[in-house]
Parts: sequence; structure tokens; C-alpha cells
Amino acid sequence: MTPDKIFVTLLGLAAIAAIVWFFWMVKKPGVKAAVSSSGYQELMVLVKGGYTPDVIVVEKGKPVRLNFVRSESASCSEMVLIPDFQKSARLPEGETVSVEFMPDKTGEFEFQCQMGMLRGKLIVE
Amino acid sequence: MTIHDPMCGMEIDPKDAFATRQHMGQTFYFCSQACVEKFDADPHRYASVVSSATTGIAENASGPLRIALPVSGFRKSGGPALEGALRALSGVSKATANAKEGRVFVEYDPSSVTVADLLDAVRGAGFTADGQAMRLKVSGLYCAECVTRIEDALKAVPDVLDATMNAATSEVKIEYSPVVGDLSQLTKAVENAGPYKAARAAEASEPEMDKEAQTVEKEYRALMRKWWFAAIIGTPTMILSYASFFPVLRDWFPRGSSAQWVLWAVLGIASITVMAYSGSQFFTGMWEGFKHRSANMHTLIALGTSVAWLYSTIALLFPQIFPSREFVDVYYDVTVVVTGLVVLGLAMEIKAKGRTSEAIKKLIGLQAKTARVVRDGEEIDIPVEEVLVNDIVVVRPGEKIPVDGEVIEGQSAVDESMITGESLPVSKKVGDEVIGATINKTGAFKFRTTKVGKDTALSNIIRLVQDAQGSKVPIQRIVDQVSTYFTPAVMILAVIGFVVWYDFGPSPALTYGLIVAVTTLIIACPCALGMATPMSLTTGIGLGAQNGILIRSGVSLQTAEKLNTVVLDKTGTITKGQPAVTDIVVNGSWNMELSINQPPLTDVDLLRFAASVERGSEHPLALAIVEGAQARGIKLSSVETFDAIPGHGVSAKVEGRRVLIGNLKLMDREGIALGDLEEKSKSLADDGKTPMYIALDNKAAGIIAVADTVKEDSKAAIAELKKMGLEVVMITGDNERTAKTIARQVGVERVLAEVLPQDKAHNVQKLQLEGKKVAMVGDGINDAPALAQADIGMAIGTGTDVAIEASDITLIKGSLTGVVTAIQLSRATMRNVYQNLAGAFIYNSAGIPIALGVLYPFFGILLSPILAGLAMAFSSVTVISNANRLKSWKPA
Repeated sequence: MTPDKIFVTLLGLAAIAAIVWFFWMVKKPGVKAAVSSSGYQELMVLVKGGYTPDVIVVEKGKPVRLNFVRSESASCSEMVLIPDFQKSARLPEGETVSVEFMPDKTGEFEFQCQMGMLRGKLIVE
Repeated sequence: MTIHDPMCGMEIDPKDAFATRQHMGQTFYFCSQACVEKFDADPHRYASVVSSATTGIAENASGPLRIALPVSGFRKSGGPALEGALRALSGVSKATANAKEGRVFVEYDPSSVTVADLLDAVRGAGFTADGQAMRLKVSGLYCAECVTRIEDALKAVPDVLDATMNAATSEVKIEYSPVVGDLSQLTKAVENAGPYKAARAAEASEPEMDKEAQTVEKEYRALMRKWWFAAIIGTPTMILSYASFFPVLRDWFPRGSSAQWVLWAVLGIASITVMAYSGSQFFTGMWEGFKHRSANMHTLIALGTSVAWLYSTIALLFPQIFPSREFVDVYYDVTVVVTGLVVLGLAMEIKAKGRTSEAIKKLIGLQAKTARVVRDGEEIDIPVEEVLVNDIVVVRPGEKIPVDGEVIEGQSAVDESMITGESLPVSKKVGDEVIGATINKTGAFKFRTTKVGKDTALSNIIRLVQDAQGSKVPIQRIVDQVSTYFTPAVMILAVIGFVVWYDFGPSPALTYGLIVAVTTLIIACPCALGMATPMSLTTGIGLGAQNGILIRSGVSLQTAEKLNTVVLDKTGTITKGQPAVTDIVVNGSWNMELSINQPPLTDVDLLRFAASVERGSEHPLALAIVEGAQARGIKLSSVETFDAIPGHGVSAKVEGRRVLIGNLKLMDREGIALGDLEEKSKSLADDGKTPMYIALDNKAAGIIAVADTVKEDSKAAIAELKKMGLEVVMITGDNERTAKTIARQVGVERVLAEVLPQDKAHNVQKLQLEGKKVAMVGDGINDAPALAQADIGMAIGTGTDVAIEASDITLIKGSLTGVVTAIQLSRATMRNVYQNLAGAFIYNSAGIPIALGVLYPFFGILLSPILAGLAMAFSSVTVISNANRLKSWKPA
């Protein structure tokens, strides 16, 4: 092997390591939903290329209201689904859409767009 | 004080009521025996209508108020917990929760506790209170404080829970408890707060869908502009990049000349404008994804095109860093053409996707806009949103029925095809249910509304369809797992491809490595994979709704495909569930004793006499006889001296003859000899029918037998189910003999008879233990546990009641052909899903290795990045087109 090939190979391995680390290894911090005066655990979620925040921590047994605001036109994100709680909502651009449900089981659940390109995690404690 | 009879709507004085009933903490008063009987048969149905939870009829009564709050989130033991929480409030005297209906009935003292407190208690107990919401469009905003001023004004209105104003849209969203009777007071509250004008904003209905259609159209046009820009720049770029292939151009731009350098520089600038304009969404999409540490299709395209562009530009500006002159080449054409093609693909995708959700748009478009309501004795046209429960609505021929209700005057034929899928008009008479959004054909009639707003059948259907379309087919979960790793995996493969080609590939290795990496990035299509199931699901569920089949979720759809046993409830499912005349037997010896000039007694005569007598009676068997006569077009005679003999039958004088109708006891009492009629009666009874003797002038004339009859299309539907390879089982509480008779008529071999209602679920479970996937078909009221136990519970709809909790699939049209259609539809949809998944999977698993060059060592084939772009752009369009193909599916 010539030095340049060794160099390219090492560079490639480094790139792969970087991809693995960047997309799969890093744990994302969660955001805890605050309890509002109406008794709901409420949180605003921005939908733009992903969900911000995309890891949401809620308490079991208290109703949750997630207010989604979609500020992009890419059709990918026009729906949000929380399959484990059988909830879904259409998100018209620029409008706040509330999704309410009752977290009656603990664990980690996903919420995502219809095609699964954008995803977030819902942790019920 | 007068009150309404909940059955017939007649105004009666409670003191003079024929009977009273207590139900769910409410007292109901009835005008007649018939009404109270009807109520007793199914008290729940009427009770919930009367209390009108979601529509708001103001109650002006003093003292404790009663309110039905719609509540969701009932768990198994939820009812008592909720009741306890409410009773703990001071001022609440009574709280009764009904989990099945999703309601809690509360009796409270308005002076010590407010509705808001009740709602808070509901939420505090861990339930969700579903308030009503409406939006008002406010004009005349002039200052920043307007927003808070309007919000405060609204919040001060009693029973308003919350008000939030969006200054950008000038709309204020008001959440109010269902007890707000007069919605105009909200408008007034806004207008009193300042120089504002408020009007009801368009509900989430047609205009909203129009808006959505407009945004789609806008985006489509934007993408098409981007495509044309890329195409216009792309064509000369393509030609000039391969200048050496064209004789004239070859002479103008010889390889290595400064003219070629200038040409390349121009192409480089041209291509970066295409990337910046046409390809902008790829870069923003990539960036947004990066912020969330996720990668998507945009990431791949953006990386692919920019790698090609960067390599070309480095080759252009710093040719000296390349080890040899042969590496120095540019790939600006790849950048431009791939960007252009993928943008075109996106545009086509948007167009095709719009068509998949046509079904729901059609449903929303069905909603009536106005209703002609009788208020204060006058007919007035009002927006359909303002119709209240118990309003009287007038419908003329050709008009749309605005909301759900019950006919109280007149008759007509109604086209219900848009809701039930039934193509023939349905005749409606007094007491029949009408469904909102259906079209009145022939006659004019009045009806009393029973469900309005979001409670109507149509609204429920729309909500069910939307929820179902947003749900997931279980197989999608596997796909989701794959797609989490898909895009980064493709990036890793591209890196590996580059390294392998650089290390071991033929010369020029750098160029080959680059082409392979770029092609791999571009050909991979996570979107085709991601769209495969949702697109078919949306189309399939929409199709179901158009055919009167409501599929609750993707899970139901996938399970329905795998069914191999269908359990049919007998009463109300295979049969009509109502008695009808089945046999008329004329006493054989009667006609023998006649003199020559007397006309013989026929079936028709017998039925005429019987029906004429029974017309005055409200007994279900009597009703069957009267309807039997009417169905045969028999004109009834007038009746004198009608007399009911309790426990025996009736007697009356018709056409001058004394007619007796009743059981054996009646005949014995009157001393009438029955002869061989008694034998006939026994055999009819053995077949599960109810025979009634008829005597004319104290001589036995014949028997009319009444029984529950089979629906016209049950037999054909069952035959079709069997043809589809399904085992059909009948379940019933009736005795074995009756059950077998019906089973023989419709061609069912396996019968589970004498099953108590509570044991139906157990029997379904037994079938499941035989390793079968079982569908249970029933009316959803008595069979709820069995429906829930079955792998698929199908509820045969009863008109407007479409949101049957226990069912996975609701058949709005009360016919068994719906079962056939539902299973066929689920099979067709799942086939489409599998086709899409297989297509997307094969595309990616073949395309990526080819792009990596696995074919090169054997056949010398290496894919051009431009071809990869073409393939990628059309792969997702293909998936959507295949899903749209499903739309041409027709129930067999």
C-alpha cells in the first residue's frame, strides 16, 4: 500500500466513526413538560426539519398537551403521529395544533411524521 | 310546566304523564305505553340524547343544575375514581360516570361550584375533559393591548374556559364548556370590549382544506420554477461538459486549453446558482436535520451534489495538487442535472400525494352549509354550526339534510350513498333516523335534530378516517426501524465505496472513487421506503369510507387481511332483527264449508283482517302484521269495537265480521275448534316462528306466523365469504332448532346456539384457541365484549351511530356485504402495501450495490450519477402512483 492509500483509508475510517458517533451515539437531553394551570403538562414543539425539542419527558397519569407549530412547507412533516397513544394530527403550516393524550403507561415512546423521517421520543416516567 | 317526552317529543305535563322512568340520575316522562316501552328497550340511547352534552341547551332551571361533561381517558376502574373526585367538590350532589359513552353526569349547585371547577376536578383526577372550541375572526384591532383586552373580555363570560388570540390571523380561539347556550354572547363580549367586529371564523372544514390545497399548489409551483431553472441551465451544461463528443465544440474547447478552463469556470458558476436556487431545500433540509442529529433524503442529495461540485472546483482551481492530469475533470453536469431531476421528482410527488387524500376532502365537502330551522314558529336559514339539538329542521326535495335527526313529519326517499355506500334511496317516515349530509330526494319533511356539530355521523366519520389515516400499519414499525439507520448507513457505504475504489480500483482511482461515492449517495431513496405504507393506507382507508366502511386503524387493516374465520351474530346481523310475517295458513276446512256463491278465503283476506285489527295496537308482533300487509299493498279496512284482551290477544269488528287474533288461550276461552291448525301451529313454533290464530265469526280461519327474517343479501354475502376461503360461524342465543333453520337458509354450517350474551366473548376465544384469526360481526351494543375479544370486531352500524367503541371496523350500511367488502378492501390495500415495500426494498437493495460498483469487476458496469438521480427521482413517484392505483379498486 502506498502512503496515500493508507492515508485515504484512515480518513475513511475516521469519517465512518464520525458518522456513527454523530447520528447514533450521542444521547439527546430530554425536555420536561411543565404543568400548566389547567392541569395539563404542556409543551411547545417546533416542527422544522425535526422536532424541537425532540426528547420530551412527561409524568405518568397527568394529561399531556403538546402544542405543535410547523414552520416549514416540506410535506414530509405535515402530520405528527404518536402511535402508542393512538394520536395523530395534521399540522397546517404556521398554526398551533394541540395534541392531547393521557400517558397511562411508563416507558419510551416515539412520535414521528407519517413517513418516519422526523422523529422524537416521549419518555413517560 | 310542560316537558318533552324523549321518545316522540310530545309536550306533556309531568303530572299527567303515562309513566315515568329514572335513568342516569334523570327523570323522563312519557305520553304513552308505546313510548315507555321503546325507552325501556334501550334507555341509554335516548337518555344521552336528551341530556345534550356537547351542544348546549341553556337550562334556566333554578336549584341544582345537571350537566353532562364529555370526558375521555377512562381506564378500567376509571368511573368510580372520577365520580369520587367530582363528589368531593362542595356543591356537587351527584356524579355518575359512564365510561362507554365517555360522559360524566354531574348535578351541581351553580352558586357554589362553577363548571370550570368541575373541569379542573376532572383533569385533576387524570381525565381529559373535552371542551368545545370555536374561533372568532375579529376585525378592528388597532393596538398591541387589543389582544389581551379581547382575551380578558372573553374569559369574563361565564363558562368560557380559555381564550387565546392570534394577532397575526386576527382570530381568537375560545374554549368553552358545553353548557354555553348562546354563542352570540361571545361575539357580543368581543364587540363590547372595544371598537371591534367579531364574526365566526370558518370552521376547520372546507375553507381549511382549500387553504391546504393552496399551499400544496404554491409549493408545487415553486418546485416547478426550480425545475425549469435547473433544466434551462442544465441542458447547455450537459452539452458543454461533453464538448469533446461534439465535432465543432471539440475544436472550440480543446482539452487542456485556456478556452476550456474558462468554459469550466462558467459552468462552475452556473451550477452553483442552480444548487443555491433549485437545490436550496436540500441544504436547508440537511442543516435542519443535522441540528437534530438526523439525516434524510435532503442530506444525501445535498452531500452528493456538493461533493461533485467541490471536486470539480478543486480540479479547476488547483489542478497541481492532483497526482496526474487525468484526474483533472469536472462534474458540474452531475450537480445540475441531479438537482433538477430530484426537484422534478418532488414536484410530481406532491401532485400525486394530493390525490391520495381526496377521499377525506370529499367527505369534508359533504357538509351542509345552512339549515332551515323552525324558530319561534318561523322558518329561518341559519349556518349549520348554529343548529342546536332538538331544533326542528325543514328539508325540501333536492336539499341536503344538514345534521342528524329523527323524522317527525312527512316522508321521503333519501339518497344516503355518500355515507353508507348504499346506492338505492332509502325511504324515510316518521320516527326514522336521517343522517346529516345525505340528500333528500322526493318529499318534504321535518325532523328533530339529535346530533349536531362534532357529534354528527359525518363529523365522526371524518374524525375516524383522519385518525385511521394517521395510524400505522404494524409492518411500518419494521420499516421505521430500518429507516432510522438507513441514511447514515448509506453515507457510511459511500465512504467505504470511495476508500475501496481508491485503494484497489483501476486508474484513475480518485475519479472512480468519487463517482461511486456520489452515485451511492444519490441513488439511495429513503423516501420510497418511508412512503410505501402510509400512501397505501391513506388511500385504502379513504376508499373504505366511500364505501360505508370505517376502518379504525392500520392495525385493523393488517389484521383483517389475515382473517380466516368470521363469526356472525344472528339477530340483527344475518337477520333483520325485527319480526315480519313469514307464513299465512288458511284453515283448509273453512273453504270446504262454503256455499257455491261465497268467495273462498285467501291469504290476502286473512292478512287484511288481521292487519286492520292490529293497526290500533303497538305490540311488535302487531306492527309486523301491519307492515306485512302494507308491503303487499293491501288496503286496510276500518275497525269498530277494538278490544285488547291482555295475555290473550285482541278482538274487533271489521267489515261486519267479528275478528279474533291471539294465542291458543284465546281460542280456548272463546271455545273455537282449531282442528288441524293446532298441529300446523306447533310445527311453525318449532321452526322458531311465532304463530297467531285468527278466527272469523267464532270459526277458526287460519294462522299468521311472524318471525325474524333473513336480510335479503345475507345469503349472497355468506357465499362470497366462503368463496374467499373464510370459515363462517353463526352465534346466537336462540335455541338450536331456530338457529339451524336460519343457518340452513343462509348456508352456514357451523352454528353456536344457545349462547348467552355474556358467553359470546368466551366462544370467540375458543375459536381463537383453535388457532384462528377471528372476526366477530355484531351490532356493537349487546356484543361489545365479543367484538373486543375478536381479532377484528366489526359493528354493523345503526344509522348515525358510527363511532362504536368496541369495533375495529364499522359497517355503516347494515348489510353483510359490507363484511365482504371490508375484507376484500383490506386484502387489496395490504397487497398494495407489500408491493410498495417490495418495490422500495428491491430498488434500494439493488440500486446501492450497483452504484457501489459490484458489477464492475464482472461486467464493467458502473452507474452514472445522472442515471442514479433519474432513478431516485422516479422511485418515490412510482410508489405513490402505485398507491393511487388502488383508488380504481371497486367492491366486487
